[in-house]
Amino acid sequence: MSVVISNPALVSSELPVVRIQPAKGWVPLKLRDLWEYRELLYFLVWRDIKVRYKQTALGMSWAVIQPFFTMVVFSVFFGYLAKVPSDHIPYPLFSFAALVPWTFFASGLNQSSNSLVGSGTLISKVYFPRLIIPLASVFSGIVDFLVAFVVLLLMMFYYGFAPTINVLWLPLFLLLALVSSLGVGLWFSALNVNYRDVRYIVPFITQFWLLATPIAYSTSLLHEPWRTIYGLNPMVGVVEGFRWALLGTNTAPGPIVAVSAAAAVVILVSGAFYFRRMEKTFADVV
Amino acid sequence: MKTWNLELETVFMSDIAIKVEGLGKRYRIGANQQAYKTLKEKLNETAATPFRALRSLGGRNGHSSVGHANGHSANGHSNGRASKAPTIWAVKDVSFEINRGEVVGIIGRNGAGKSTLLKILSRITDPTEGYADIHGRIASLLEVGTGFQPELSGRENIYLNGSILGMKHAEIRRKFDEIVAFAEVEKFIDTPVKHYSSGMYVRLAFAVAAHLEPEILLVDEVLAVGDVDFQKKCLGSMQSVADSGRTVLLVSHNMALIESLCKRAILLDQGRVSSSGPTTEVIADYLSKAKLCESEELTNHPRKQARSTAWFSSIQILNRAGESSRDFRAGDELTVKLGIEAGQPILQPWIGIRLRTPTDQLICHIANREAGYQLPALSGSSEIQCQLSGLNLLPGRYIVDLVLADMLNREYDNVSGAAYFDVRESDVFQSGMPMGQGYGLVFFPSEWKLVR
Repeated sequence: MSVVISNPALVSSELPVVRIQPAKGWVPLKLRDLWEYRELLYFLVWRDIKVRYKQTALGMSWAVIQPFFTMVVFSVFFGYLAKVPSDHIPYPLFSFAALVPWTFFASGLNQSSNSLVGSGTLISKVYFPRLIIPLASVFSGIVDFLVAFVVLLLMMFYYGFAPTINVLWLPLFLLLALVSSLGVGLWFSALNVNYRDVRYIVPFITQFWLLATPIAYSTSLLHEPWRTIYGLNPMVGVVEGFRWALLGTNTAPGPIVAVSAAAAVVILVSGAFYFRRMEKTFADVV
Repeated sequence: MKTWNLELETVFMSDIAIKVEGLGKRYRIGANQQAYKTLKEKLNETAATPFRALRSLGGRNGHSSVGHANGHSANGHSNGRASKAPTIWAVKDVSFEINRGEVVGIIGRNGAGKSTLLKILSRITDPTEGYADIHGRIASLLEVGTGFQPELSGRENIYLNGSILGMKHAEIRRKFDEIVAFAEVEKFIDTPVKHYSSGMYVRLAFAVAAHLEPEILLVDEVLAVGDVDFQKKCLGSMQSVADSGRTVLLVSHNMALIESLCKRAILLDQGRVSSSGPTTEVIADYLSKAKLCESEELTNHPRKQARSTAWFSSIQILNRAGESSRDFRAGDELTVKLGIEAGQPILQPWIGIRLRTPTDQLICHIANREAGYQLPALSGSSEIQCQLSGLNLLPGRYIVDLVLADMLNREYDNVSGAAYFDVRESDVFQSGMPMGQGYGLVFFPSEWKLVR
């Protein structure tokens, strides 16, 4: 009997059975499936990073140029001309510390929204958990973030700011930015398959969102409880968090971050379920 | 002990790998032209029937048409495109079982549902009804080189494509040298694949796919790539996959390939299993059904796509005397007479007559524009005639497919198997030695002389 049990043929007969049948309504996220395919996620992220700046003259420097010049414009108009208060931080540093995570969020949102439509051939020819596609788009922005972050550190050095111990919280704020970006990206990417209007809505929304986020100004302009309610925009928590952790602004983000984190999680979870629900039509429509 | 193992293996190897039960897939017709909507259309729908449209925004648009298969929505006020669109069953009531280690071929005409079936089994698209159970790790090969990134090098693409096809990183690393050797691209492995010749590109893509080792492999018509030598190599690798006891489901138009690799075949016709059994019998069945196009009337001929605003209404094959005929001799004159109905004018029509063998081997496309004949815009009923003087075909049966398109390459109609004709043996060159079976498909006039 023991021979039978140790027989490899028997083991291989215990194969996993997958049932393919029509999915109705809301379907489970199947995160385990996603974990099974983590290597594919890794390769897609790696591909995006490798290909992103191919055939561009300035290459990687685009990751810096975008936030840096926005910072210059903001510093001139809001900082120098309009004299917007910046929590006693030099205005360029004040806005750049916000623009770095913002750029990560906005480009992740933009890339992931268009990711499914851009991967049409992949979707119609191979099976894998479709969530991987927008996920890879958001993750691949991390390299750009790191490059811009180095410039931010240089600027801090230039203005004589040393990071405090609070900097240990920074990865959490980055995670919050990632969750927000992915959450909105999931909604838009799934909508984009059926409604190509999304392609035109996204740039508009990012622009709008940029102004609705305290990048050019500070949340200290608001009074409680509005300040905390403002945290419903998850990027408020991210931006305030970055400033607090790096520049030591006294706007300790406690309740704001809690509200922002909750909002981001709601967007992510609802986005993931909506995505899964729409997923079954992707291959037929994309 | 050795024999014990073998016995056990045969016991366990004979259980089921794929079980398909009542599988069906419905598409909305015209899904290719109007696949995605713009929000404006959606909003119009919403304005007309707020509740319904809102619900479909939440993901039911794939299903909202389900109850109204034949056109009009139950809700008379509905303005929705989705609910009005007629639907078509690409696959319907398909049931079969495939045992572990079996190599099964799926055959059928274009549009019979073969590719849709493979897409459902590979989990790319959802079925509308029924289910399929897959026992074991499955990999599907519906295209070679899926996800190839032209900017990346051959090496990088092997890893990328391998992982897209479901290979693990370690597995790719182990087989890397083998893949490169198989593809014969050692020298260019670090060159971006955009600089590859198309042959090298395809070889590399196939090499990755050939090293997949799933328990079940689904393959769709991917072997017709590369040069002849490489094709032979691919066939060899397919053969070894088949011999290694893995389960393979193979879709192909190449009957010879199906016959040599598969013991069993399934014939699909208009989405349904029309016959199933030993390969030779199923192929014979397929060939006998391929001659079903007896009628000259085409309006109701089965099509893959629904008829659009213009279509072929009739076809006649005429002989030299102008009589309708299906019997010709090599070298004869043959005229194809087509009736076309156009609801809206077709500008600069392009009419393609496709000649092929019953096993789907293309012989040639005959088309008006390529022949230097520009048709005026067609509207209403028209009749068009195409005369072939001197039929360069050797004895056998030939099938005629028709395509109707316009100046913008918009396709209006596509009829597979619109008509057939037989070419009989004849002594074309009056040599006293007629050319019959075994001389190939076409003949050429030739002049011979002794030079030295």
